[in-house]
Amino acid sequence: MTTPVLDIRDLSVSYHTDRGLLRALRHVNIQIQPGRIIGIVGESGCGKSTLIAAIIRLLAPNAQIDGGSVLFRRNDLLGLDPEDMRALRGDEISLVFQDPMTSLNPVMTIGRQMTNIQYRENRSKAQMLARATSLLERVGIADPAEQLKRYPHHLSGGMRQRVAIAMALMTEPALLIADEPTTALDATLEVQIIHRLQQLQRDFGCAILFISHHLGVIAELCDEVVVMYAGEVVESGTTRDVFLKARHPYTRKLLECDPARIEQATRNLPVIAGKLPDLVDIREGCVFRSRCDSSIDRCARQRPALDGGDHCAACHVAGQ
Amino acid sequence: MSSRSDFFRETFASLRKDPLGMMGLIIVVVILLSAIFASLLAPHDPLEVDVYNRLQDPTWQHLLGTDQLGRDVLSRVLFGGRIALKVALVAISVSLGVGLLLGMLAGFGPTWLDRLLVVCFDTLRSFPTIMFALAIVALIGPSLNTVIGVIIITSIPVYARIVRTQTQALRNQDFILAERAMGASTARILGDHILPNIAAPLLILASMDVPAVVGMEAGLSFLGLGVSPPTASWGSILNDGYSYLRNSPWPIIAGGIPLILVTLGFTFFGESLRDILDPKLRRKGGAS
Amino acid sequence: MLKFTVRRGLLALLILVLAVTLLFAMIHMMPGDPASVILGPKASPELKAELNQRMGLDKPLLVQLGSFYADLARGDLGLDVFSDREVSEIVFEQLPYTIVLVLAAIGGATLLGIPLGCFSAIKRNSLLDRVTAVMSVAFIAIPSFVVALYLLLWLAVKWRWFPAMGAGASGDIVDQARHLVLPAIALGLGWVGYIARLVRATMLEVMEENHIRTARAFGLPERTIIVHYALRIAILPTVTILGLGIGTMLSGALFAEIVFSRPGIGKLLHEAVVTRNYPVVMGSVLVTTTFFVLSTLISDIINAALDPRLRESGKSS
Repeated sequence: MTTPVLDIRDLSVSYHTDRGLLRALRHVNIQIQPGRIIGIVGESGCGKSTLIAAIIRLLAPNAQIDGGSVLFRRNDLLGLDPEDMRALRGDEISLVFQDPMTSLNPVMTIGRQMTNIQYRENRSKAQMLARATSLLERVGIADPAEQLKRYPHHLSGGMRQRVAIAMALMTEPALLIADEPTTALDATLEVQIIHRLQQLQRDFGCAILFISHHLGVIAELCDEVVVMYAGEVVESGTTRDVFLKARHPYTRKLLECDPARIEQATRNLPVIAGKLPDLVDIREGCVFRSRCDSSIDRCARQRPALDGGDHCAACHVAGQ
Repeated sequence: MSSRSDFFRETFASLRKDPLGMMGLIIVVVILLSAIFASLLAPHDPLEVDVYNRLQDPTWQHLLGTDQLGRDVLSRVLFGGRIALKVALVAISVSLGVGLLLGMLAGFGPTWLDRLLVVCFDTLRSFPTIMFALAIVALIGPSLNTVIGVIIITSIPVYARIVRTQTQALRNQDFILAERAMGASTARILGDHILPNIAAPLLILASMDVPAVVGMEAGLSFLGLGVSPPTASWGSILNDGYSYLRNSPWPIIAGGIPLILVTLGFTFFGESLRDILDPKLRRKGGAS
Repeated sequence: MLKFTVRRGLLALLILVLAVTLLFAMIHMMPGDPASVILGPKASPELKAELNQRMGLDKPLLVQLGSFYADLARGDLGLDVFSDREVSEIVFEQLPYTIVLVLAAIGGATLLGIPLGCFSAIKRNSLLDRVTAVMSVAFIAIPSFVVALYLLLWLAVKWRWFPAMGAGASGDIVDQARHLVLPAIALGLGWVGYIARLVRATMLEVMEENHIRTARAFGLPERTIIVHYALRIAILPTVTILGLGIGTMLSGALFAEIVFSRPGIGKLLHEAVVTRNYPVVMGSVLVTTTFFVLSTLISDIINAALDPRLRESGKSS
């Protein structure tokens, strides 16, 4: 049994807000094996951003870790000294953010930004530029040497995102976290970037934690999927299992509502009735209960745990 | 209960929580009152000469000492407040009014007019203010009214530019376009819709401008180019004091204090007001 | 970049030409004829006629305007009424003193203001932050000549820490520096506060932006992020402000020169106004205005060089 690259165990995170303690993540368990691509699916508010922030330990000042551990190759990141954590960031663990328009420094050339992050290596300026150029090539940017001299606002959104991916892969990290990297791009671009990412993953061999609410992309790219709802993991397993044999009612509904599944022209898009629970005031029992069609009495009293196994779901009435 | 008085009440309540703002308000009120009631408060006639008692240190008779002609400095300072008040009221209201008009015209009107006005504003603003003032005084001759005139001329472009920017920002908003689609006249749009939305920030700006205006008059009077002797203005008190600096420091100390108080008072108050009104403006709907 | 510079330069030239024309117009708009103004109302007609002839005031307006420009182009600003010296010579003799003063004030204000603002932003609401905030507001508002007078009174006259008059012995840098201290403080104190506030506000905004989050996610040291990523953007408004502020500084410099009896354009102008020496008045105003327009132009150009996003608009600030 290999050591997972990332092993999140029982992680709970809350925020101190005016209205009270907002419990953003509750008892989250996720494992990422080396070289695998894990997708996280969920609506806005499911805790994805908090999860990422917790992993790289850049949580907001009003956040607190309620419990659990985040093991990166057996080291608990939560217990690390800030300087040691900083050493990992950008080196072993890299990030690609959602919004390419604002993620790059507007007053620095692409080249400067890409050489700056190589500061840990003992390379000459020429070597750093060469490495940057080669990476830009690999993400599919034409005429990379020219682009290095330009500023972010000269580049289109798609190109900026490719640059972001190039930057993230430059240090050959063990784990690449991609936070909805294609959400801000149009569909054709999205396809190109996903294919490129697949190829790069094969070449570099890093594990990827890919967050998205676009089910089609997840299905295409990811080996395994984790479904999150309102701060909890409700289902996880291989992509095949989860998408074809969904066990949790929420997952089933998500799949039903996926616009890609619509076969006939219709006026009403399917939606999941109801709304997200208030995370400041979490009730007993299952968090999805208020929107679930199949709930029973037990769902109101006891919070379901993720049952064990490769394809698990947190539900009292989940089929096998 | 009208929402207007609620608004004032709320604003005042917020103001109470900000110590600097309150202090500013108190200072402003004190200065205003002392200027208005100068004739009641002043222990002596500011023009009364008493050469035997010149350049004295503070005594019970003369709380801030006497100047080189034996005049009571305290009384002169109090009456100097009247000059400052007059300058501030006249200069700011006129330049605000004209600037408002020109700014709205520039922001709302045809492009050629905008370009023309902007070039005029920029030209006026290209002169360093005091230098410009000196040049004009050289031509027309020194007097308080000249000073007020110069202040007005140099302030109009500043107000106008700000009004112009705000007007331009508002002009493309949906509610304005809707009004135009319904055939509202330009004057009506400007008066009913644009004006209320820029009024509050403009008034705050004007109140923050008071220190600059008063300072400019004081500066010019200090240079001997403002009020003519024997009128007491804070600047002229400082001017007299400067000539006799080595004999007695009191005229300078005394002349500087009201200037410092005015600037601190209006600035703290204005800043506080701006902090309070800014989020409120957004809440009140209005443009955005 | 070049296109921007040219466009902006032409705009500046236009403004300058208009300003000069305005000055010219002012000369001819005032009550009474120029000769009476210069010589006083009691001057005899013969004296007036002679002055008119000497200064070419009897020719038609447009001709005068033309020769005005022609003279300007050659650098001829006329002759001093009293000493018959070239005005340009007089003005350029005094100009360096003022420039040195303004530069000293700006330099000091920037050196103090930027770090203060930066620390205030990083250590928000600390004691340093609050004190800086209050003092900034205070000093921005208080007229610089009042500050100058108080400095003169206490530090120069009463305690004799610094000299009270003049610019210092020529050739003696240390002495000149000593004479520079008080006037530069009087001139620059308000600016320290202004710059600190501006830098603080901009830093706070910038630190919240996404690209800073990216820089952190890549593990860049906090110090690099603050200085090379955030501060680099936060300084931009300061450059703009300084360019515009030179105008205010020139005015403030006038007061500092008079209070501290320093040579300089301000003092020159003041004396000229009082003695109705108005070629010198016009010459000084012209030169300082040109200086001002140039400095705004340069600061806009530097700004565009630092922040590439500004190059597209080509407008002045």
